[in-house]
Amino acid sequence: MSMTKAKKTDIREANEVSKGTGIIMTVILAILTLVFLFPILIIFINSFKSRLFISNVPFQLPNSETFVGLTNYLDGAVKTRFFQAFGWSTFITVFSVVFIVLLTAMTAWYLTRIKTAWTNALYYLFVFSMIVPFQMVMFTMSKVVNMLSLDNPVGIIVIYIGFGSGLSVFMFCGFVKSIPLEIEEAAVLDGCGPIQVFFRVVLPMLKPTAITVAILNAMWIWNDYLLPYLILGTERKTIPVAIQYLRDGYGSIDMGAMMAMLVLAIVPIIIFYLSCQKYIIKGVAAGAVKG
Amino acid sequence: MQKSLKKYFPIFALPTVAAFLIAFLIPFLIGIYLSFARFRTVTDATWVGLDNYIRAFSNQDFLNALWFTIKFAVVSVVTINIFAFILALMLTKGIKGTNLFRTVFFMPNLIGGIVLGYIWQLIINGVLSYWGVDITYNASYGFWGLVILMNWQLIGYMMIIYIAGIQNIPSELVEAAKMDGASALQTLKSITIPMVMPSITICMFLTLTNSFKLFDQNLALTAGAPGRQTAMLALDIYSTFYGRVGWQGVGQAKAVIFFVIVALISLTQLVLTRRKEVEQQ
Repeated sequence: MSMTKAKKTDIREANEVSKGTGIIMTVILAILTLVFLFPILIIFINSFKSRLFISNVPFQLPNSETFVGLTNYLDGAVKTRFFQAFGWSTFITVFSVVFIVLLTAMTAWYLTRIKTAWTNALYYLFVFSMIVPFQMVMFTMSKVVNMLSLDNPVGIIVIYIGFGSGLSVFMFCGFVKSIPLEIEEAAVLDGCGPIQVFFRVVLPMLKPTAITVAILNAMWIWNDYLLPYLILGTERKTIPVAIQYLRDGYGSIDMGAMMAMLVLAIVPIIIFYLSCQKYIIKGVAAGAVKG
Repeated sequence: MQKSLKKYFPIFALPTVAAFLIAFLIPFLIGIYLSFARFRTVTDATWVGLDNYIRAFSNQDFLNALWFTIKFAVVSVVTINIFAFILALMLTKGIKGTNLFRTVFFMPNLIGGIVLGYIWQLIINGVLSYWGVDITYNASYGFWGLVILMNWQLIGYMMIIYIAGIQNIPSELVEAAKMDGASALQTLKSITIPMVMPSITICMFLTLTNSFKLFDQNLALTAGAPGRQTAMLALDIYSTFYGRVGWQGVGQAKAVIFFVIVALISLTQLVLTRRKEVEQQ
Protein backbone atom coordinates (compact mmCIF):
# COMPACT_ATOMS: atom_id res chain seq x y z
CA MET A 1 0.00 0.00 0.00
CA SER A 2 2.64 2.50 1.06
CA MET A 3 4.71 1.36 -1.91
CA THR A 4 2.06 2.34 -4.43
CA LYS A 5 1.47 5.62 -2.67
CA ALA A 6 5.13 6.54 -2.88
CA LYS A 7 5.10 5.63 -6.55
CA LYS A 8 2.10 7.84 -7.23
CA THR A 9 3.67 10.97 -5.80
CA ASP A 10 6.86 10.16 -7.66
CA ILE A 11 5.24 9.99 -11.04
CA ARG A 12 3.29 13.16 -10.31
CA GLU A 13 6.51 14.95 -9.46
CA ALA A 14 8.19 13.54 -12.54
CA ASN A 15 5.25 14.68 -14.65
CA GLU A 16 4.89 18.07 -13.05
CA VAL A 17 4.46 21.00 -15.41
CA SER A 18 5.49 24.62 -15.06
CA LYS A 19 3.26 26.99 -13.11
CA GLY A 20 1.95 28.77 -16.21
CA THR A 21 0.96 25.55 -17.97
CA GLY A 22 -0.60 24.37 -14.72
CA ILE A 23 -2.86 27.41 -14.52
CA ILE A 24 -3.94 27.09 -18.15
CA MET A 25 -4.74 23.41 -17.59
CA THR A 26 -6.72 24.17 -14.46
CA VAL A 27 -8.78 26.72 -16.37
CA ILE A 28 -9.43 24.24 -19.20
CA LEU A 29 -10.41 21.52 -16.74
CA ALA A 30 -12.68 23.90 -14.84
CA ILE A 31 -14.48 24.79 -18.07
CA LEU A 32 -14.80 21.09 -18.93
CA THR A 33 -16.23 20.45 -15.47
CA LEU A 34 -18.94 22.99 -16.18
CA VAL A 35 -19.59 21.36 -19.57
CA PHE A 36 -19.93 17.98 -17.86
CA LEU A 37 -22.31 19.34 -15.22
CA PHE A 38 -24.32 21.44 -17.65
CA PRO A 39 -26.80 18.73 -18.76
CA ILE A 40 -27.73 17.86 -15.18
CA LEU A 41 -28.06 21.53 -14.30
CA ILE A 42 -30.41 22.09 -17.25
CA ILE A 43 -32.60 19.17 -16.19
CA PHE A 44 -32.73 20.55 -12.65
CA ILE A 45 -33.67 24.05 -13.83
CA ASN A 46 -36.35 22.79 -16.18
CA SER A 47 -37.93 20.60 -13.54
CA PHE A 48 -39.31 23.81 -12.00
CA LYS A 49 -40.71 25.19 -15.26
CA SER A 50 -44.16 24.70 -16.68
CA ARG A 51 -44.19 21.81 -19.13
CA LEU A 52 -45.38 24.15 -21.88
CA PHE A 53 -42.13 26.09 -21.79
CA ILE A 54 -39.58 23.32 -21.44
CA SER A 55 -39.22 22.25 -25.06
CA ASN A 56 -39.35 25.80 -26.40
CA VAL A 57 -36.86 27.53 -24.13
CA PRO A 58 -34.88 24.82 -22.33
CA PHE A 59 -31.86 27.05 -21.71
CA GLN A 60 -33.76 29.83 -19.95
CA LEU A 61 -34.03 30.18 -16.20
CA PRO A 62 -37.58 29.98 -14.87
CA ASN A 63 -39.30 33.38 -14.50
CA SER A 64 -42.58 34.45 -12.96
CA GLU A 65 -44.43 33.23 -16.04
CA THR A 66 -42.80 29.81 -16.36
CA PHE A 67 -42.07 28.89 -12.73
CA VAL A 68 -44.44 26.25 -11.36
CA GLY A 69 -42.78 25.24 -8.11
CA LEU A 70 -43.11 21.55 -7.32
CA THR A 71 -46.07 20.88 -9.62
CA ASN A 72 -43.97 18.76 -11.97
CA TYR A 73 -42.72 16.65 -9.11
CA LEU A 74 -46.23 16.00 -7.85
CA ASP A 75 -47.62 15.28 -11.33
CA GLY A 76 -44.73 13.01 -12.24
CA ALA A 77 -44.79 11.12 -8.97
CA VAL A 78 -48.52 10.45 -9.38
CA LYS A 79 -48.32 9.47 -13.06
CA THR A 80 -45.41 7.10 -12.67
CA ARG A 81 -46.04 6.09 -9.06
CA PHE A 82 -42.45 7.06 -8.59
CA PHE A 83 -42.11 6.32 -4.90
CA GLN A 84 -43.42 2.82 -5.40
CA ALA A 85 -40.91 2.43 -8.23
CA PHE A 86 -38.19 3.66 -5.90
CA GLY A 87 -39.27 1.00 -3.41
CA TRP A 88 -39.18 -1.80 -5.99
CA SER A 89 -35.82 -0.66 -7.35
CA THR A 90 -34.39 -0.63 -3.83
CA PHE A 91 -35.90 -4.00 -2.92
CA ILE A 92 -34.71 -5.74 -6.09
CA THR A 93 -31.25 -4.17 -6.09
CA VAL A 94 -30.51 -4.76 -2.40
CA PHE A 95 -31.62 -8.39 -2.28
CA SER A 96 -30.09 -9.29 -5.64
CA VAL A 97 -26.74 -7.81 -4.65
CA VAL A 98 -26.70 -9.46 -1.22
CA PHE A 99 -27.49 -12.88 -2.69
CA ILE A 100 -25.12 -12.47 -5.62
CA VAL A 101 -22.20 -11.57 -3.36
CA LEU A 102 -22.86 -14.35 -0.87
CA LEU A 103 -23.78 -17.15 -3.29
CA THR A 104 -21.16 -16.48 -5.96
CA ALA A 105 -18.44 -16.17 -3.31
CA MET A 106 -19.41 -19.63 -2.04
CA THR A 107 -19.55 -21.01 -5.55
CA ALA A 108 -16.21 -19.49 -6.52
CA TRP A 109 -14.55 -21.00 -3.45
CA TYR A 110 -16.04 -24.41 -4.20
CA LEU A 111 -15.06 -24.30 -7.88
CA THR A 112 -11.50 -23.24 -7.04
CA ARG A 113 -10.90 -25.76 -4.26
CA ILE A 114 -12.55 -28.79 -5.88
CA LYS A 115 -10.68 -29.60 -9.07
CA THR A 116 -12.67 -31.93 -11.31
CA ALA A 117 -13.64 -31.82 -14.97
CA TRP A 118 -17.13 -30.75 -13.87
CA THR A 119 -16.09 -27.79 -11.77
CA ASN A 120 -13.71 -26.74 -14.51
CA ALA A 121 -16.46 -26.89 -17.12
CA LEU A 122 -18.78 -24.90 -14.84
CA TYR A 123 -16.13 -22.23 -14.36
CA TYR A 124 -15.69 -21.80 -18.10
CA LEU A 125 -19.47 -21.68 -18.60
CA PHE A 126 -19.65 -18.81 -16.12
CA VAL A 127 -16.83 -17.00 -17.91
CA PHE A 128 -18.47 -17.67 -21.27
CA SER A 129 -21.74 -16.09 -20.13
CA MET A 130 -19.93 -12.75 -19.71
CA ILE A 131 -19.50 -12.30 -23.45
CA VAL A 132 -23.09 -13.16 -24.42
CA PRO A 133 -25.22 -10.06 -25.05
CA PHE A 134 -28.61 -9.91 -23.32
CA GLN A 135 -30.57 -9.90 -26.58
CA MET A 136 -29.35 -13.43 -27.28
CA VAL A 137 -31.32 -14.88 -24.36
CA MET A 138 -33.91 -12.13 -23.87
CA PHE A 139 -36.87 -13.82 -25.57
CA THR A 140 -36.33 -17.41 -24.45
CA MET A 141 -35.44 -16.30 -20.92
CA SER A 142 -38.73 -14.44 -20.51
CA LYS A 143 -40.61 -17.55 -21.69
CA VAL A 144 -38.73 -19.77 -19.22
CA VAL A 145 -39.45 -17.22 -16.48
CA ASN A 146 -43.16 -17.28 -17.30
CA MET A 147 -43.25 -21.08 -17.28
CA LEU A 148 -41.59 -21.19 -13.86
CA SER A 149 -43.80 -18.34 -12.53
CA LEU A 150 -40.75 -16.25 -11.69
CA ASP A 151 -42.33 -13.12 -13.21
CA ASN A 152 -42.57 -11.26 -9.90
CA PRO A 153 -40.23 -9.08 -7.81
CA VAL A 154 -38.90 -12.11 -5.92
CA GLY A 155 -38.43 -14.24 -9.02
CA ILE A 156 -36.51 -11.47 -10.78
CA ILE A 157 -33.90 -11.72 -8.01
CA VAL A 158 -33.26 -15.32 -9.08
CA ILE A 159 -32.76 -14.11 -12.64
CA TYR A 160 -30.36 -11.39 -11.51
CA ILE A 161 -28.35 -13.99 -9.58
CA GLY A 162 -28.17 -16.07 -12.74
CA PHE A 163 -27.08 -13.18 -14.97
CA GLY A 164 -24.78 -11.64 -12.39
CA SER A 165 -23.05 -14.92 -11.58
CA GLY A 166 -20.70 -14.88 -14.60
CA LEU A 167 -18.68 -11.78 -13.74
CA SER A 168 -19.01 -12.30 -9.98
CA VAL A 169 -17.82 -15.94 -9.95
CA PHE A 170 -14.97 -14.95 -12.27
CA MET A 171 -13.83 -12.11 -10.01
CA PHE A 172 -14.10 -14.14 -6.79
CA CYS A 173 -12.23 -17.08 -8.37
CA GLY A 174 -9.36 -14.79 -9.29
CA PHE A 175 -9.06 -13.74 -5.66
CA VAL A 176 -9.59 -17.17 -4.06
CA LYS A 177 -6.67 -18.54 -6.12
CA SER A 178 -4.36 -16.11 -4.32
CA ILE A 179 -5.38 -17.31 -0.83
CA PRO A 180 -2.80 -19.81 0.47
CA LEU A 181 -4.32 -23.20 1.25
CA GLU A 182 -2.42 -23.41 4.54
CA ILE A 183 -4.72 -20.90 6.20
CA GLU A 184 -7.76 -23.03 5.47
CA GLU A 185 -5.97 -26.23 6.41
CA ALA A 186 -5.08 -24.76 9.78
CA ALA A 187 -8.76 -24.04 10.38
CA VAL A 188 -9.62 -27.61 9.44
CA LEU A 189 -7.08 -28.91 11.95
CA ASP A 190 -8.80 -26.77 14.56
CA GLY A 191 -11.92 -28.79 13.83
CA CYS A 192 -13.81 -26.49 11.46
CA GLY A 193 -16.13 -28.02 8.86
CA PRO A 194 -16.30 -26.56 5.32
CA ILE A 195 -19.13 -24.18 6.23
CA GLN A 196 -17.24 -22.79 9.21
CA VAL A 197 -14.03 -22.53 7.19
CA PHE A 198 -15.82 -20.53 4.54
CA PHE A 199 -17.70 -18.13 6.81
CA ARG A 200 -15.01 -17.67 9.47
CA VAL A 201 -11.84 -17.76 7.39
CA VAL A 202 -12.46 -17.32 3.66
CA LEU A 203 -15.34 -14.84 3.52
CA PRO A 204 -13.61 -12.17 5.67
CA MET A 205 -10.59 -12.34 3.37
CA LEU A 206 -12.80 -11.88 0.31
CA LYS A 207 -14.03 -8.48 1.54
CA PRO A 208 -12.22 -6.23 -1.00
CA THR A 209 -13.47 -8.31 -3.92
CA ALA A 210 -16.91 -8.50 -2.35
CA ILE A 211 -17.12 -4.69 -2.30
CA THR A 212 -16.14 -4.51 -5.97
CA VAL A 213 -18.63 -7.22 -6.93
CA ALA A 214 -21.37 -5.52 -4.92
CA ILE A 215 -20.78 -2.12 -6.53
CA LEU A 216 -20.63 -3.43 -10.10
CA ASN A 217 -23.82 -5.45 -9.65
CA ALA A 218 -25.64 -2.67 -7.81
CA MET A 219 -24.91 -0.17 -10.60
CA TRP A 220 -26.07 -2.61 -13.24
CA ILE A 221 -29.27 -3.74 -11.50
CA TRP A 222 -30.34 -0.28 -10.32
CA ASN A 223 -30.04 1.11 -13.85
CA ASP A 224 -31.29 -1.93 -15.75
CA TYR A 225 -34.31 -1.28 -17.91
CA LEU A 226 -35.02 -4.20 -20.22
CA LEU A 227 -35.00 -7.13 -17.80
CA PRO A 228 -37.50 -5.66 -15.29
CA TYR A 229 -39.62 -4.37 -18.16
CA LEU A 230 -39.83 -7.80 -19.79
CA ILE A 231 -40.38 -9.71 -16.55
CA LEU A 232 -42.44 -7.34 -14.40
CA GLY A 233 -44.12 -5.25 -17.11
CA THR A 234 -45.47 -1.85 -16.10
CA GLU A 235 -47.59 -3.03 -13.18
CA ARG A 236 -44.65 -3.11 -10.80
CA LYS A 237 -42.18 -0.62 -12.20
CA THR A 238 -38.56 -0.02 -11.30
CA ILE A 239 -37.24 3.55 -11.74
CA PRO A 240 -35.95 3.15 -15.35
CA VAL A 241 -39.23 1.47 -16.35
CA ALA A 242 -41.20 4.28 -14.68
CA ILE A 243 -39.28 6.90 -16.66
CA GLN A 244 -39.70 5.13 -19.97
CA TYR A 245 -43.40 4.75 -19.08
CA LEU A 246 -43.79 8.54 -19.27
CA ARG A 247 -43.16 8.19 -22.99
CA ASP A 248 -44.89 4.89 -23.73
CA GLY A 249 -47.85 5.15 -21.39
CA TYR A 250 -49.20 8.50 -22.60
CA GLY A 251 -49.80 10.04 -26.00
CA SER A 252 -47.24 12.82 -25.73
CA ILE A 253 -44.45 13.18 -23.20
CA ASP A 254 -45.25 15.45 -20.26
CA MET A 255 -41.89 17.22 -20.29
CA GLY A 256 -42.42 18.75 -16.86
CA ALA A 257 -43.03 15.39 -15.21
CA MET A 258 -40.15 13.95 -17.20
CA MET A 259 -37.67 16.57 -15.93
CA ALA A 260 -38.81 16.13 -12.33
CA MET A 261 -38.55 12.34 -12.51
CA LEU A 262 -35.09 12.56 -14.08
CA VAL A 263 -33.97 14.70 -11.16
CA LEU A 264 -35.46 12.24 -8.67
CA ALA A 265 -33.72 9.37 -10.49
CA ILE A 266 -30.33 11.09 -10.46
CA VAL A 267 -30.30 12.39 -6.87
CA PRO A 268 -29.99 8.98 -5.13
CA ILE A 269 -27.18 7.99 -7.52
CA ILE A 270 -25.23 11.18 -6.81
CA ILE A 271 -25.68 10.75 -3.05
CA PHE A 272 -24.52 7.15 -3.27
CA TYR A 273 -21.58 8.18 -5.46
CA LEU A 274 -20.40 11.00 -3.22
CA SER A 275 -20.68 8.88 -0.07
CA CYS A 276 -18.65 5.93 -1.34
CA GLN A 277 -16.77 7.47 -4.23
CA LYS A 278 -13.45 5.87 -3.33
CA TYR A 279 -14.86 2.34 -3.47
CA ILE A 280 -16.88 2.99 -6.60
CA ILE A 281 -13.99 4.32 -8.67
CA LYS A 282 -11.67 1.56 -7.44
CA GLY A 283 -14.29 -1.12 -7.95
CA VAL A 284 -15.21 -0.03 -11.45
CA ALA A 285 -11.56 0.17 -12.47
CA ALA A 286 -10.85 -3.28 -11.01
CA GLY A 287 -13.92 -4.72 -12.75
CA ALA A 288 -12.78 -3.32 -16.08
CA VAL A 289 -9.28 -4.72 -15.83
CA LYS A 290 -10.48 -8.16 -14.84
CA GLY A 291 -13.57 -8.31 -17.04
CA MET B 1 -10.60 -30.89 3.23
CA GLN B 2 -11.09 -31.58 -0.45
CA LYS B 3 -13.05 -34.72 0.30
CA SER B 4 -15.32 -33.30 2.96
CA LEU B 5 -15.96 -30.15 0.92
CA LYS B 6 -16.86 -32.10 -2.21
CA LYS B 7 -20.11 -33.33 -0.64
CA TYR B 8 -21.16 -29.74 -0.02
CA PHE B 9 -21.98 -29.00 -3.67
CA PRO B 10 -25.71 -28.54 -2.90
CA ILE B 11 -24.92 -25.82 -0.37
CA PHE B 12 -22.00 -24.00 -1.99
CA ALA B 13 -22.65 -24.24 -5.71
CA LEU B 14 -26.17 -25.45 -6.39
CA PRO B 15 -28.10 -22.21 -5.76
CA THR B 16 -25.87 -20.22 -8.12
CA VAL B 17 -25.76 -22.99 -10.69
CA ALA B 18 -29.56 -23.36 -10.64
CA ALA B 19 -30.10 -19.62 -11.14
CA PHE B 20 -27.46 -19.66 -13.87
CA LEU B 21 -29.23 -22.52 -15.67
CA ILE B 22 -32.64 -20.82 -15.49
CA ALA B 23 -31.53 -17.31 -16.41
CA PHE B 24 -28.76 -18.05 -18.85
CA LEU B 25 -27.78 -21.52 -19.97
CA ILE B 26 -31.16 -23.08 -20.79
CA PRO B 27 -32.46 -19.93 -22.56
CA PHE B 28 -29.16 -19.71 -24.45
CA LEU B 29 -29.40 -23.30 -25.75
CA ILE B 30 -33.10 -23.00 -26.61
CA GLY B 31 -32.24 -19.71 -28.31
CA ILE B 32 -29.69 -21.37 -30.57
CA TYR B 33 -32.22 -24.06 -31.51
CA LEU B 34 -35.04 -21.55 -32.08
CA SER B 35 -32.92 -19.54 -34.50
CA PHE B 36 -33.42 -22.49 -36.86
CA ALA B 37 -37.16 -22.70 -36.20
CA ARG B 38 -40.40 -20.91 -36.85
CA PHE B 39 -42.35 -20.16 -33.67
CA ARG B 40 -44.45 -17.68 -31.80
CA THR B 41 -44.39 -18.95 -28.25
CA VAL B 42 -41.39 -21.32 -28.06
CA THR B 43 -43.54 -24.46 -27.62
CA ASP B 44 -44.91 -24.37 -31.19
CA ALA B 45 -41.51 -24.42 -32.90
CA THR B 46 -41.00 -26.15 -36.26
CA TRP B 47 -37.57 -26.64 -37.83
CA VAL B 48 -36.94 -24.41 -40.86
CA GLY B 49 -33.16 -24.74 -41.28
CA LEU B 50 -31.33 -21.59 -42.30
CA ASP B 51 -34.47 -19.80 -43.39
CA ASN B 52 -34.37 -17.30 -40.49
CA TYR B 53 -30.74 -16.41 -41.19
CA ILE B 54 -31.50 -15.83 -44.88
CA ARG B 55 -34.42 -13.59 -43.94
CA ALA B 56 -32.29 -11.74 -41.40
CA PHE B 57 -29.55 -10.98 -43.91
CA SER B 58 -32.04 -9.85 -46.53
CA ASN B 59 -33.83 -7.63 -44.02
CA GLN B 60 -33.06 -3.99 -44.82
CA ASP B 61 -33.67 -2.83 -41.24
CA PHE B 62 -31.12 -5.31 -39.95
CA LEU B 63 -28.44 -4.40 -42.49
CA ASN B 64 -29.06 -0.74 -41.79
CA ALA B 65 -28.78 -1.33 -38.03
CA LEU B 66 -25.56 -3.30 -38.52
CA TRP B 67 -24.00 -0.53 -40.58
CA PHE B 68 -25.22 2.17 -38.21
CA THR B 69 -23.80 0.25 -35.23
CA ILE B 70 -20.40 -0.23 -36.89
CA LYS B 71 -20.16 3.47 -37.81
CA PHE B 72 -21.26 4.46 -34.33
CA ALA B 73 -18.79 2.08 -32.65
CA VAL B 74 -15.83 3.30 -34.71
CA VAL B 75 -16.56 7.00 -34.10
CA SER B 76 -17.26 6.44 -30.38
CA VAL B 77 -14.16 4.33 -29.78
CA VAL B 78 -11.91 6.94 -31.38
CA THR B 79 -13.46 10.04 -29.79
CA ILE B 80 -13.94 8.59 -26.30
CA ASN B 81 -10.42 7.22 -26.07
CA ILE B 82 -8.74 10.37 -27.36
CA PHE B 83 -10.65 12.63 -24.96
CA ALA B 84 -10.24 10.22 -22.04
CA PHE B 85 -6.51 9.91 -22.64
CA ILE B 86 -6.01 13.68 -22.83
CA LEU B 87 -7.96 14.15 -19.59
CA ALA B 88 -5.92 11.41 -17.92
CA LEU B 89 -2.70 13.13 -18.99
CA MET B 90 -3.89 16.43 -17.54
CA LEU B 91 -5.01 14.81 -14.29
CA THR B 92 -1.65 13.13 -13.63
CA LYS B 93 0.30 16.40 -13.55
CA GLY B 94 -0.37 17.14 -9.90
CA ILE B 95 -2.66 20.08 -10.68
CA LYS B 96 -4.78 21.55 -7.88
CA GLY B 97 -8.35 20.25 -7.86
CA THR B 98 -7.45 16.97 -9.56
CA ASN B 99 -9.74 15.01 -7.26
CA LEU B 100 -12.70 17.28 -7.87
CA PHE B 101 -12.25 17.12 -11.66
CA ARG B 102 -11.94 13.34 -11.56
CA THR B 103 -15.09 13.03 -9.47
CA VAL B 104 -17.14 15.15 -11.87
CA PHE B 105 -15.88 13.52 -15.08
CA PHE B 106 -16.62 10.05 -13.80
CA MET B 107 -20.11 10.76 -12.50
CA PRO B 108 -22.17 10.39 -15.71
CA ASN B 109 -21.01 6.78 -15.93
CA LEU B 110 -23.20 5.91 -12.94
CA ILE B 111 -26.41 7.26 -14.46
CA GLY B 112 -28.57 4.70 -16.22
CA GLY B 113 -29.02 4.59 -20.00
CA ILE B 114 -32.72 5.51 -20.02
CA VAL B 115 -32.12 8.60 -17.85
CA LEU B 116 -29.09 9.59 -19.95
CA GLY B 117 -31.15 9.31 -23.12
CA TYR B 118 -33.84 11.69 -21.92
CA ILE B 119 -31.33 14.18 -20.50
CA TRP B 120 -29.63 14.48 -23.88
CA GLN B 121 -32.89 14.47 -25.79
CA LEU B 122 -33.82 17.70 -24.02
CA ILE B 123 -30.40 19.31 -24.59
CA ILE B 124 -30.08 18.32 -28.25
CA ASN B 125 -33.68 19.22 -29.08
CA GLY B 126 -33.15 22.51 -27.27
CA VAL B 127 -30.17 23.36 -29.49
CA LEU B 128 -31.83 22.12 -32.67
CA SER B 129 -34.96 24.15 -31.90
CA TYR B 130 -33.05 27.27 -32.97
CA TRP B 131 -33.25 25.83 -36.50
CA GLY B 132 -36.85 24.74 -35.99
CA VAL B 133 -36.14 21.00 -36.06
CA ASP B 134 -35.60 18.18 -33.54
CA ILE B 135 -33.49 15.07 -33.26
CA THR B 136 -35.92 12.92 -35.26
CA TYR B 137 -35.61 15.25 -38.27
CA ASN B 138 -32.49 13.65 -39.70
CA ALA B 139 -30.73 10.36 -38.97
CA SER B 140 -27.35 12.08 -38.71
CA TYR B 141 -28.67 14.21 -35.79
CA GLY B 142 -29.54 10.98 -34.00
CA PHE B 143 -26.15 9.54 -34.84
CA TRP B 144 -24.18 12.46 -33.47
CA GLY B 145 -26.55 12.75 -30.54
CA LEU B 146 -25.72 9.18 -29.58
CA VAL B 147 -22.00 9.82 -30.05
CA ILE B 148 -22.13 12.87 -27.75
CA LEU B 149 -24.16 10.96 -25.17
CA MET B 150 -21.77 8.02 -25.25
CA ASN B 151 -18.78 10.35 -24.89
CA TRP B 152 -20.35 12.05 -21.91
CA GLN B 153 -21.05 8.70 -20.29
CA LEU B 154 -17.81 6.83 -20.93
CA ILE B 155 -15.01 9.43 -21.05
CA GLY B 156 -14.75 9.52 -17.25
CA TYR B 157 -14.71 5.75 -16.98
CA MET B 158 -11.92 5.30 -19.54
CA MET B 159 -10.08 8.26 -17.98
CA ILE B 160 -9.93 6.36 -14.65
CA ILE B 161 -8.33 3.35 -16.37
CA TYR B 162 -5.82 5.55 -18.22
CA ILE B 163 -4.93 7.39 -15.01
CA ALA B 164 -4.17 4.06 -13.33
CA GLY B 165 -2.02 3.09 -16.31
CA ILE B 166 -0.07 6.35 -16.34
CA GLN B 167 0.51 6.21 -12.58
CA ASN B 168 2.05 2.77 -12.98
CA ILE B 169 4.80 4.03 -15.27
CA PRO B 170 8.09 3.87 -13.32
CA SER B 171 9.02 7.48 -12.58
CA GLU B 172 12.70 6.77 -13.35
CA LEU B 173 11.76 6.35 -17.00
CA VAL B 174 10.13 9.76 -17.19
CA GLU B 175 12.96 11.42 -15.27
CA ALA B 176 15.60 9.75 -17.44
CA ALA B 177 13.85 11.02 -20.56
CA LYS B 178 13.71 14.51 -19.08
CA MET B 179 17.43 14.43 -18.33
CA ASP B 180 18.16 13.31 -21.85
CA GLY B 181 16.37 16.46 -22.95
CA ALA B 182 13.27 14.82 -24.38
CA SER B 183 10.43 17.25 -25.12
CA ALA B 184 6.99 16.66 -23.63
CA LEU B 185 5.76 15.36 -26.98
CA GLN B 186 8.71 12.97 -27.32
CA THR B 187 8.15 11.63 -23.79
CA LEU B 188 4.49 11.08 -24.63
CA LYS B 189 5.29 9.26 -27.85
CA SER B 190 8.22 7.13 -26.72
CA ILE B 191 7.39 6.48 -23.07
CA THR B 192 3.84 7.22 -21.97
CA ILE B 193 1.94 5.70 -24.90
CA PRO B 194 4.01 2.48 -25.16
CA MET B 195 3.88 2.01 -21.39
CA VAL B 196 0.09 2.36 -21.17
CA MET B 197 -0.58 0.10 -24.16
CA PRO B 198 -2.34 -2.51 -21.95
CA SER B 199 -4.74 0.19 -20.70
CA ILE B 200 -5.32 1.33 -24.27
CA THR B 201 -6.24 -2.21 -25.30
CA ILE B 202 -8.66 -2.56 -22.37
CA CYS B 203 -10.30 0.79 -23.04
CA MET B 204 -10.61 0.22 -26.79
CA PHE B 205 -12.42 -3.05 -26.24
CA LEU B 206 -14.56 -1.75 -23.38
CA THR B 207 -15.79 1.13 -25.51
CA LEU B 208 -16.18 -1.16 -28.54
CA THR B 209 -18.34 -3.77 -26.78
CA ASN B 210 -20.30 -1.09 -24.92
CA SER B 211 -21.02 0.70 -28.20
CA PHE B 212 -22.05 -2.52 -29.91
CA LYS B 213 -24.41 -3.55 -27.13
CA LEU B 214 -25.99 -0.10 -26.66
CA PHE B 215 -29.73 -0.35 -26.11
CA ASP B 216 -31.24 1.83 -23.35
CA GLN B 217 -29.65 5.06 -24.58
CA ASN B 218 -30.75 4.31 -28.14
CA LEU B 219 -34.33 3.58 -27.04
CA ALA B 220 -34.63 6.74 -24.94
CA LEU B 221 -32.82 9.20 -27.21
CA THR B 222 -34.29 8.40 -30.64
CA ALA B 223 -36.11 5.04 -30.40
CA GLY B 224 -34.83 4.54 -33.95
CA ALA B 225 -36.47 7.69 -35.39
CA PRO B 226 -36.70 8.89 -38.11
CA GLY B 227 -38.28 5.66 -39.31
CA ARG B 228 -35.86 3.00 -38.16
CA GLN B 229 -32.79 4.79 -39.42
CA THR B 230 -31.11 5.29 -36.04
CA ALA B 231 -31.94 1.87 -34.59
CA MET B 232 -28.82 -0.01 -33.56
CA LEU B 233 -28.48 -3.81 -33.56
CA ALA B 234 -29.85 -4.42 -30.06
CA LEU B 235 -32.87 -2.19 -30.68
CA ASP B 236 -33.53 -3.76 -34.09
CA ILE B 237 -33.49 -7.24 -32.53
CA TYR B 238 -35.85 -6.05 -29.82
CA SER B 239 -38.35 -4.62 -32.29
CA THR B 240 -38.14 -7.72 -34.49
CA PHE B 241 -39.09 -9.89 -31.49
CA TYR B 242 -41.81 -7.74 -30.03
CA GLY B 243 -42.91 -5.52 -32.89
CA ARG B 244 -43.56 -7.94 -35.77
CA VAL B 245 -45.83 -10.95 -35.37
CA GLY B 246 -44.41 -14.09 -36.93
CA TRP B 247 -40.86 -12.70 -37.00
CA GLN B 248 -39.67 -14.17 -33.69
CA GLY B 249 -37.53 -16.75 -35.51
CA VAL B 250 -35.83 -14.01 -37.51
CA GLY B 251 -35.36 -12.06 -34.29
CA GLN B 252 -33.64 -15.02 -32.70
CA ALA B 253 -31.43 -15.51 -35.78
CA LYS B 254 -30.46 -11.82 -35.61
CA ALA B 255 -29.68 -12.29 -31.92
CA VAL B 256 -27.37 -15.22 -32.69
CA ILE B 257 -25.56 -13.17 -35.34
CA PHE B 258 -25.27 -10.34 -32.82
CA PHE B 259 -23.88 -12.75 -30.23
CA VAL B 260 -21.30 -14.09 -32.71
CA ILE B 261 -20.09 -10.55 -33.54
CA VAL B 262 -19.75 -9.58 -29.86
CA ALA B 263 -18.07 -12.92 -29.05
CA LEU B 264 -15.56 -12.43 -31.87
CA ILE B 265 -14.67 -8.97 -30.55
CA SER B 266 -14.13 -10.40 -27.06
CA LEU B 267 -12.03 -13.30 -28.38
CA THR B 268 -9.85 -10.90 -30.35
CA GLN B 269 -9.27 -8.95 -27.16
CA LEU B 270 -8.37 -12.12 -25.27
CA VAL B 271 -5.87 -13.20 -27.93
CA LEU B 272 -4.30 -9.73 -28.07
CA THR B 273 -3.88 -9.41 -24.29
CA ARG B 274 -2.54 -12.98 -23.98
CA ARG B 275 0.04 -12.31 -26.69
CA LYS B 276 1.17 -9.12 -24.95
CA GLU B 277 1.49 -10.97 -21.64
CA VAL B 278 3.72 -13.55 -23.30
CA GLU B 279 5.86 -10.82 -24.84
CA GLN B 280 6.36 -9.18 -21.48
CA GLN B 281 7.53 -12.39 -19.80
